[in-house]
Amino acid sequence: MQGKLDPSVGAPANVAPVAPSPARDGSYKSWGHYPLATHRKILHPAWMDEITPELLQRNAPLLAYGLGRSYGDSCLNDGGTLLDARPLDRILHFDAENGSIVCEAGVSLGEILLAAVPRGWFLPVTPGTKIVTLAGAIANDVHGKNHHVGGTIGCHVEQFELVRSDGQILTCSRQENKELFAATIGGLGLTGIILWAELKLKKIDSAEIEMDTVPFSTFEDFTRLSSDEEGARYEYTVGWVDCLSGRKTRGIFMRGNHATQGRLAAHPEKIKLNVPFNFPAFTLNKLSIWAFNNLYYLMGKRNEGHSRVHYDPFFYPLDKVDNWNRIYGQQGFTQYQCVVPESEVAAFQEILERIARGGQGSFLGVIKKFGNVPSPGLMSFPRPGLTLALDFPFRGEKTLKLFAELDEVVAAAKGALYPAKDPRMSSRMFRLSYPRLEEFQRWVDPALSSSFWRRVMEVSR
Amino acid sequence: MSQGLVILGATSKIAQEVGRLAARENRELLLVARNEDRLEAVAGDLLARGAARVVAIAADLGDTSRHAELWAQVEAAMPELESVLLAYGSLGDQAAAEQSVDVALSELNTNFTSAASLLSYAAASLERQRRGVLAVITSVAGDRARRSNYVYGTAKGALSLYAQGLRARLFAAGVRVLTIKPGPVDTPMIAHMKKGALTASPQNVAGAIYREMESGKAEVMYVPFFWRYIMALIRAIPESVGKKLKF
Repeated sequence: MQGKLDPSVGAPANVAPVAPSPARDGSYKSWGHYPLATHRKILHPAWMDEITPELLQRNAPLLAYGLGRSYGDSCLNDGGTLLDARPLDRILHFDAENGSIVCEAGVSLGEILLAAVPRGWFLPVTPGTKIVTLAGAIANDVHGKNHHVGGTIGCHVEQFELVRSDGQILTCSRQENKELFAATIGGLGLTGIILWAELKLKKIDSAEIEMDTVPFSTFEDFTRLSSDEEGARYEYTVGWVDCLSGRKTRGIFMRGNHATQGRLAAHPEKIKLNVPFNFPAFTLNKLSIWAFNNLYYLMGKRNEGHSRVHYDPFFYPLDKVDNWNRIYGQQGFTQYQCVVPESEVAAFQEILERIARGGQGSFLGVIKKFGNVPSPGLMSFPRPGLTLALDFPFRGEKTLKLFAELDEVVAAAKGALYPAKDPRMSSRMFRLSYPRLEEFQRWVDPALSSSFWRRVMEVSR
Repeated sequence: MSQGLVILGATSKIAQEVGRLAARENRELLLVARNEDRLEAVAGDLLARGAARVVAIAADLGDTSRHAELWAQVEAAMPELESVLLAYGSLGDQAAAEQSVDVALSELNTNFTSAASLLSYAAASLERQRRGVLAVITSVAGDRARRSNYVYGTAKGALSLYAQGLRARLFAAGVRVLTIKPGPVDTPMIAHMKKGALTASPQNVAGAIYREMESGKAEVMYVPFFWRYIMALIRAIPESVGKKLKF
């Protein structure tokens, strides 16, 4: 074997082999720890120039893996190869004048904030965790609390470079290779490997958020609070609902805007708290979830009214605890996230009632009204309507049966499910959710695949 | 006045992480590495992460015939050097080096001769300005030649000795020479090897190195620290036993 040379000396870069490692058991999981996958091989490219069309061909079926925050199996490739993109963590260019940032695929949103906030810029769209890679955010076309005004992250991506197994390395934007641009945004990593992407940031004058907390007790209250006139006054809106209360809905509505003046201090880099091991199963039961929900509700109620907080606790309350997913124990957990047209809000009541009837508690129910800012992505999940996301400890058949029931409610309401959160949706639900699937399939790279893709497409590779 | 940190082999993983720590403190950086595209990526990253200024010079560090020219460029771009970190090296292929003398000599050149050449230029600059830190990344492998990687070990051992010599010379000029001996670090250099429990993360190793360079007093540091004791034991193995060991 040729000696591995330090990049600064020796053999030219284009012949440097990407070193594979035997898959270290358990280190490549999805966020819900369900399902688990065994990978044949893990690739660790340290540089963009190591990711070539040949590398894709040689390692099919291949999937890029970032920070593993997808809940189900869309970030796994059971029996196949993973390309660990996290070492590609360089910010290639940051223009502090016009707020454009060019990053390698594995740069996390948190790292973008560290560079951007002190210079007065912020993510144009952010999900509920900053521990995701930029390429992962694009592949899932993630949304955040400002969807009603800002759309998805794909709306703010200027361009990216994509490696395909057919030998092409393409720059994709709204002008250039625009079909691949559209297919890659929300394309679950299946259209090629993203090397770098350019994101347009948003100007801010303070790192703090002026926020209001308003308790609500019916879904009608929630829709009123997030109605267009109300919602338009706030850039960020989101609701939390207690899922054990059955008929009596109760929740907390949070809304906020960037403060107009203040310090531009980024979040602390170190995470102080950690869940060092999986909690035993008995710690999670109907009673403890009920207690948690009560506590959360009462804390929200106590903070009722106006306050001013740093962006870190406002957007990323759970990032404070490393590996918080371990509280769900060895069996793992999952999320059920759907979107339904606003006229079908009754479906949510139905969903909550079925959950309450089944006695399967959910820690967090998050509800959000999506706006009508269109995403360039073919396979984007957000669409006008209301979305509900519910966390569940995974309890095998019992959970799967409940979810199948919820699917019927969502299907009847002409709703859709979110692949990034899903370990189990049926092929039928996937097809109902993504009407442009056929158009998308034309752009799927034959060397790329995922556990999720094989499952919902009912194919073997 | 332009003064800052020079990193030779700036695209190595440990060097990149040291660079990020310096960038966070808004330092000025001068980076040298062979691959222009990779160097540009690292330079952009350090600027984005806060470096006040980044100068990038693409050069083949193994080519000693160009070192005089290279060092003139370094001095022109950064007349005042706060510290110089030599961070490049090649783990090489022991089996190939046993088969081919050329491969062995090339490894010795990369890891020792070329490094000694650059250290000589850097030492002259620092001696003249009568202050600064000269930090050299060698390896625990240089503490004892072993069956499995003695070519690499020999070069790194020689580099440690050379640094020791420079320390004695530069002491009078108020220049500190820091010899850094990392154990295995989880970098692309050893990506093909099985990771043991003692494999350290590049971030932790870089953190220890940067802290020691900036505010420490050590002459020789092991990272992580426990390698000092492990290597003391390994050095204590008598030759009659050592020659029979396979590791």
